[in-house]
Amino acid sequence: MSDVLVVYTDDEPGVLTRVASLFRRRSFNIHSLTVGPTERPGVSRMTLVVDTDESTARRAVEHLRKLVNVLEVQHLGSGGSNVVRDLALIRVNAGPTKRSEVLQLVEVFRANVVDIAEDTLVIECTGSLAKIEALVDTLRPFGIIELGRTGAVAMARGTPTTLKAKVAPLRTGTGGGAMSV
Amino acid sequence: MSKAETRTGAQLIWESLVREGVDIVFGYPGGAILPTYDAMTEYPIRHVLVRHEQSAVHMADGYARASGRVGVVVATSGPGATNLVTGLATAMLDSTPLVAITGQVGSGLLGTDAFQEVDITGITLPVTKHNYLVTRAEDVVPALREAFAVARSGRPGPVLVDITKDAQQSRATLDWEGAEPHRHLRHLPAPVDPAALAQALELIREAKRPVILAGHGIQLSGARAEVMALAERADIPFALTLLGLGAVPATHSLSLGMMGMHGESWVNRAIQEADLLLALGMRFDDRVTGKLKEYAPHAKKIHIDIDASELNKNVAVDVAIAADLGEVLRALLPQVPAADHSAWRGTIREWRGDSAVRDIKNLPDDGHLYAAHVMHDLWRITKGEAVVVSDVGQHQMWEAQYYHHDGERSLITSGGAGTMGFALPAAIGAKLARPEAEIWVVAGDGGFQMTFAELMTAVQEGVKVNIAVINNGYLGMVRQWQALFYEGRYAATPILSPDFVKLADAFGLPGQRVEARADVAAAIEQARAAGSTALIEFKVEQEDSVYPMVPAGAALHDMIRRPSPSVLAETGSDPV
Repeated sequence: MSDVLVVYTDDEPGVLTRVASLFRRRSFNIHSLTVGPTERPGVSRMTLVVDTDESTARRAVEHLRKLVNVLEVQHLGSGGSNVVRDLALIRVNAGPTKRSEVLQLVEVFRANVVDIAEDTLVIECTGSLAKIEALVDTLRPFGIIELGRTGAVAMARGTPTTLKAKVAPLRTGTGGGAMSV
Repeated sequence: MSKAETRTGAQLIWESLVREGVDIVFGYPGGAILPTYDAMTEYPIRHVLVRHEQSAVHMADGYARASGRVGVVVATSGPGATNLVTGLATAMLDSTPLVAITGQVGSGLLGTDAFQEVDITGITLPVTKHNYLVTRAEDVVPALREAFAVARSGRPGPVLVDITKDAQQSRATLDWEGAEPHRHLRHLPAPVDPAALAQALELIREAKRPVILAGHGIQLSGARAEVMALAERADIPFALTLLGLGAVPATHSLSLGMMGMHGESWVNRAIQEADLLLALGMRFDDRVTGKLKEYAPHAKKIHIDIDASELNKNVAVDVAIAADLGEVLRALLPQVPAADHSAWRGTIREWRGDSAVRDIKNLPDDGHLYAAHVMHDLWRITKGEAVVVSDVGQHQMWEAQYYHHDGERSLITSGGAGTMGFALPAAIGAKLARPEAEIWVVAGDGGFQMTFAELMTAVQEGVKVNIAVINNGYLGMVRQWQALFYEGRYAATPILSPDFVKLADAFGLPGQRVEARADVAAAIEQARAAGSTALIEFKVEQEDSVYPMVPAGAALHDMIRRPSPSVLAETGSDPV
């Protein structure tokens, strides 16, 4: 079962390592992990999709909260009250005989064609995890040559909760030199 | 102090330590930390030169556990830093507040595999609460201030600060106030939920067979008075974890003794039969629960611990409160009604049954010296007032069983990590923290041989600790497991020792050897009276085992009891 966690962290070197190391050490399975900047300078936001039961997810949250670099953890759960979006780039076989059929499917899924070659198309699709999996399943018979996904970015629906913790990253971290997060 | 005045990073390190109240550091110099050592002499901080960096961490650990203050370690880069790892893991598992400062190669050389460069922040990630790589002098003070705050706050633990050589050498202004840490406040526990308190009270009121599980968190929280008030008012007997020994007085009438794998049978039985467990500052480690599925099946459970990730981790509980134990109990106590559980206590007393008769310390002298005799005499002679620092293995369990700890911070031992070699260096640290205390090292012949080089540290620093080496010629606890679970195949457990008396002599220290029960007391007295560190080698029964015992994975009440003593004395073997 997939559970979604949103983790706000200091934007400072080595933070991703700390989060990844925690998950490895405690044997929590990560399905996907994305990181990016937020509306606040100095704060990064991670979306973690974890394959686990409810109690393990709760433990993961408590462990994350112990990291000095973590400002806040939101346990969004697995329900439909979240907006979860993933982006996929799919290179699919689409020679002259199959091309129109593939293009029709792209239309149905409201996906985009972002590259055309002699025998292949690259399709870009944004949507829920289920939508992307459905598109991938649909295209599989044509022959998927390459598939890349960003991993999910998630947000709770409804009134936003504001971030309470103070932001003040130190310029120190676990190695990584100039590399952030 | 003028803000424009600059200092080197090295000076800022010592300046920070002084301002954090540090009076002593344990360390070992080397290339990458040389600028810091060079600046050391300008500051009023004592440096203890160890013989191995692992021991420096154990000393700082012993210092911290004996005093409640933060222990500080200084080491160089590369092997100096990697030698800290075992000590940090030991401190991490037992929640000891430490700050370890390591030198690192110059920032321009980072990542180039330069001489004595290792990625110590990467290596220590899972064995520290947090760590830092400092590459500029201006970051020294903020990093160190935060390191101390993190080490002390919440559930304490070790923090490592790795500082490049150029950061030690270059200059920055000191802005102490501007470096006030606050990130450690992010995760302090939320105020206690009144509903959880009400629920806990309800369970305490309804309980007929309650037991308090007293853990290390009581000492870390400083909640001894509150725990005792609760136990006495609600008439609840308490069982102790290994690290809980000393947290509440062992000779109190409500004290049951140690629980778990080598706990007393009646203690484990009380837990198994209880209808309410109040787990206070403990974490349901596998060594105290036995088989989880059959653990305390009749009991409602209240768990109070400052670390929320420990709640519902191993044992699902009815009321889980993540907060400082003392605070919770202060909120709870005014509402706890007085109760009388004398019937329940009477039942537990009955379960003790013939245990005392079977206890080896009460048997007539049959010419065999048992570790139990040594521990019992040590307790008697020191009136239970010594600080005992035990190593890891059989002697550690015998110490826990036969030395009754009444005083707070009177037992220092590596519980979670089970680090052999811990005792001697930790004892030196403990003595330096509490010079007035009588310190006893209780170590096995195996563990003592891991770190006995620190005898020279004790000599050089003029530190007096008393050392009891319990020599049975085996890595005894492993041998016991081999006897019980590996059909007596003693693979790699027989171990030779040097002549410990001569060894002590080589360090210029008095040594004694004791082989008979009748000589134990006099030897202990003589060691106590010595003006320096003094060693006694006790040659004990070689194949004695620690009883009772819950085999790993068995239910807590499913204990192996000490076989009838005559069998042991006659055959010297372990009947299973």
